[in-house]
Amino acid sequence: MNIITNLFSSSVGKKYIMAVTGFSLFGFVIAHLIGNLQIFLGPEAINRYGHFLQSNMEIIWPARIGLLVIIALHIWAAIKISAENKAARPVAYAEYNPTVASYASRTMLMSGLIVFFFILYHLLHFTVQVDQVNLTGKSFVNLHDAEGRHDVFAMMVLGFSKPIVSLFYIIAISLLSLHLSHGVRSMFQSLGWKKKSYANVLHCFATGVSIFIFVGYVSIPIAILLGFGKEALSK
Amino acid sequence: MNLTLKVWRQKNPNDAGGIVTYDANDIIPDMSFLEMLDVVNEDLISRGEEPIAFDSDCREGICGTCSMVIDGIAHGGQRGTTVCQLHMRHFNDGDTITIEPWRAKAFPVIKDLVTDRSAFDRIIESGGFVSVNTGGTPDGNTLPIPKVDADEAMDAAACIGCGACVAACKNASAMLFVSAKVSHLALLPQGKPEAERRVLKMVKAMDEAGFGNCTVTGSCEAVCPKEISLDFIAKLNREFGKAILKNRAERQVAD
Amino acid sequence: MKLDSKIPPGPVTEKWEKYKFDLKLVNPANKRKYDVIVVGSGLAGAAAAASMAEMGYNVKCFCYQDSPRRAHSIAAQGGINAAKNYQNDGDSIYRLFYDTIKGGDFRAREANVYRLAQTSVKIIDQCVAQGVPFAREYGGLLANRSFGGAQVSRTFYARGQTGQQLLLGAYQALCRQIGLGKVQMFERTEMLELVVVDGHAKGIIVRDLVTGEISAHAADAVVLGTGGYGNVFYLSTNAKGCNTTAIWRAYKKGAALANPCYTQIHPTCIPVSGEHQSKLTLMSESLRNDGRVWTPKRKEDCGKAPGDIPEADRDYILERKYPSYGNLAPRDISSRAAKEACDKGLGVGPGGLGVYLDFADAIKRLGESTVRERYGNLFDMYEKITGENAYKVPMRIYPAVHYTMGGTWVDYNLMSSIPGLFVIGEANFSDHGANRLGASALMQGLADGYFVLPYTIGNYFATEKQPKHKTDHAEFKKALGEVETRTKKLLSIKGKRTVNSFHKELGKIVWDKCGMARDEKGLKEALQQIPALREEFWKNVNVAGENGELNQNLEHAGRVADFLEFAELMCLDALNRRESCGGHFRTEFQTEDGEAKRDDENFAYVAAWEYAGEGKPPILNKEPLVYEEVHMSTRSYK
Repeated sequence: MNIITNLFSSSVGKKYIMAVTGFSLFGFVIAHLIGNLQIFLGPEAINRYGHFLQSNMEIIWPARIGLLVIIALHIWAAIKISAENKAARPVAYAEYNPTVASYASRTMLMSGLIVFFFILYHLLHFTVQVDQVNLTGKSFVNLHDAEGRHDVFAMMVLGFSKPIVSLFYIIAISLLSLHLSHGVRSMFQSLGWKKKSYANVLHCFATGVSIFIFVGYVSIPIAILLGFGKEALSK
Repeated sequence: MNLTLKVWRQKNPNDAGGIVTYDANDIIPDMSFLEMLDVVNEDLISRGEEPIAFDSDCREGICGTCSMVIDGIAHGGQRGTTVCQLHMRHFNDGDTITIEPWRAKAFPVIKDLVTDRSAFDRIIESGGFVSVNTGGTPDGNTLPIPKVDADEAMDAAACIGCGACVAACKNASAMLFVSAKVSHLALLPQGKPEAERRVLKMVKAMDEAGFGNCTVTGSCEAVCPKEISLDFIAKLNREFGKAILKNRAERQVAD
Repeated sequence: MKLDSKIPPGPVTEKWEKYKFDLKLVNPANKRKYDVIVVGSGLAGAAAAASMAEMGYNVKCFCYQDSPRRAHSIAAQGGINAAKNYQNDGDSIYRLFYDTIKGGDFRAREANVYRLAQTSVKIIDQCVAQGVPFAREYGGLLANRSFGGAQVSRTFYARGQTGQQLLLGAYQALCRQIGLGKVQMFERTEMLELVVVDGHAKGIIVRDLVTGEISAHAADAVVLGTGGYGNVFYLSTNAKGCNTTAIWRAYKKGAALANPCYTQIHPTCIPVSGEHQSKLTLMSESLRNDGRVWTPKRKEDCGKAPGDIPEADRDYILERKYPSYGNLAPRDISSRAAKEACDKGLGVGPGGLGVYLDFADAIKRLGESTVRERYGNLFDMYEKITGENAYKVPMRIYPAVHYTMGGTWVDYNLMSSIPGLFVIGEANFSDHGANRLGASALMQGLADGYFVLPYTIGNYFATEKQPKHKTDHAEFKKALGEVETRTKKLLSIKGKRTVNSFHKELGKIVWDKCGMARDEKGLKEALQQIPALREEFWKNVNVAGENGELNQNLEHAGRVADFLEFAELMCLDALNRRESCGGHFRTEFQTEDGEAKRDDENFAYVAAWEYAGEGKPPILNKEPLVYEEVHMSTRSYK
């Protein structure tokens, strides 16, 4: 029992929660990216992947519920920590120079919240497929390929063909990468998995992986806006 | 050289306080920052005004008493330096300098630039020690300690408890201070027997005092006059994790 | 006044062990019935408060700082001596005892010094157990360095922050007792008066520095661990807040003050840079292990860059004058050598008040990284203050007031001439004679606090069986009234001069006339000037603000007021001691080659001054120094 109280009530415990949930979400972001990058392999690959996920409810639902709980915990801890941090300095400095504190580190709550709103939109857009939000005037639910599978490829190409949607996506991914550049580094720190001997390696890893995530995710809407997939779709 | 100072003045803890502007004239580059304030204060007293209250004692960078935020940076931004060791040669004629007290809920302002940092003492009282009584200790050389461990412990123990880490942190977190003491004692064999109990109690005391959380911005390390490393916070987190995973520690804290 | 030093009989090596056995004990269950006040939270005060609380006494501890961790013991850099003989270089308790007696120029009490040397061994064990991160060798055992005045390596250290680490050890022990409720801590609280009831110390009057509230605290014994009076010189290496108020108030209540003229001038301080200087910064004497002290041989070279002065034109003053100890000659001797050179016009730097401390040879021999490892923090500090890089150009150093050997007279039990008033650490006079050796102050503070006072105070309780008094006793009310009146008076003068200007002027008088060298003429002048300045102070001082708030100017005023009285006694003592010994150098009494000339026939005594009342000259009581074990010889470090 004491483990739970220590985790949920202490400052260090809450950072553990942040780190562990953050790590899980980071894992999801990577997995999701690898899945989505299959779009570049053509409609067959991505549609098969989509079908595989859709047809295994016993995998997807526990994963969805798990992710929701993790997100909830991550956000709860974030809000709690931020509130405590605000309360810890009731009178602000007239002049405050944060010196080395990176932009990412100082804007975690903001970047996190914007990413969260993006996720809501993203779920409505591609998962729940509410037609009103895709701005294309078409219905994503009814897209099927030759084999009768949901045509994920077409949905993505159509979805990202709207510049405004892609722009929002790119902004959100930028913020997510910024968030992760600090988050991944802090995660190791908060869990105590950092030592001087490999601190630099961790730093480089966090930066590298954030860039990878940024480039990976952003490559999809950019490619689509530049014309990728139009041909395949028109067939 | 001549300077313009914008100084936080606050008569007592209940006063709202505000920034007041003063001129500091004929300042010599060899003066320390506090000697510059001494000059301003002598002038204020002679004019029948109240001098600016600020904390200082040893004025050689070790007691940790002096504490002010200069142009938004705790201790003034000279790396590894307390205000008392900051010299005016780092400023230019005509500069405007803003001087404020440490700002944190756990460090309430007593007067002007003087704050109450007793929260740090409460944290040490909660467990920042090795429980040995005077006398009856074994010979100092009975317990060989690897030089690297002793050196690392000393790196952490160098903390002067000034509170600049709290002042600089955007969250007013005391993690660097607490981690320095936890690490110092956890790195040495003498401190190991009660390491778990210590870290849990000190974190609890830290939280109760109203400090914020560490969000790893690194501001604390940057202003620390003893350049205590952020890695010690990782060490604290590791110690905390070990402690909560061991049921044993819970029994120890309960007593 | 009859001074009874209570030195136990028997051979010096057995005195303490036997005495400890003879001391009356307080039953553990009865200890909690005794309340003890400890003023000061430095090495001595914190160690004593923690140790007594561990034993079961109820302790109230007071400090003027905002935390007990900030007491000025924290600034000691170099190390702490202990006769461990870990280096197999022939050290022993007896050798440490002898070195300390000799270093003190045969003006310390043998029995006390032997006890100090004996206890030194246990201090290291105690501190290691507390987690003090002493420097270690690669094999994991404790490392040592050598220090001035000794030919063995017996100094334990924690980088250049030994005092800090030892104090934090004691502070943490104190905090543990505060947490357990056995010590009640009063930070930002200054003792302003001692309360004596029926001849016994029974409490103190304090001012809460935050609220200005003046209140009384009663106890069964009062312990002062309030440090030295070096700030009487205005410029010293002491912290700004260090003061003599506690021991001066005790003096005026009947606690004799011994040897106030013994002040130590530390040779390796950063020279004064100008009028604005508010304090002096010391750099550890350990620097002299590897640095070489020199001045130009010719006056005309003084203005040159040090690198432009060829080897042949440099005078390595300590190596030349004291070939066997060289740069590690004791502090008083090294300081005087520097002063002598500067007096001859061979000084370097602003105002010609400095000599070089050169590391070029050490860097050549050991490499810059080794020098950096040993002294890195000191070099950094030097650079911060002077803006010069000592790896490239030699440091400039000049002597500065550093430590005061004199203090409240105490007997072997560390009890003053007021029963129930104990004085420990630098505040008492007991162990260093006329000069303290490097790395011995920490040793003495901790010895008194951890291993002497906790025993002897019990003996006082067990033998005296004094009645308890509450703060409503007439003596408390009277003392409280006196403090209130004095405070009001200070605030009501509203004259033309600031407190600081008086302090500076006083400092200049005593530095010029009662500093590194003294003579009859100067001392007599000082004895005219000080009362005049004091009179002006009480007529013309301008203390800002009011009492009911944090008022640093008022705090300073109270301290300066006491320094203005104390300085007179210091000069009087210096005038009375017509000999040169240790830190007390009377120019009239020197050998042909300028060394201190002691007069053992007439001055082998402790001068314990007794307060005789307002306006009356103090009474001199002499405690003869009897040397049973060592033969008084002329100190030679040649």
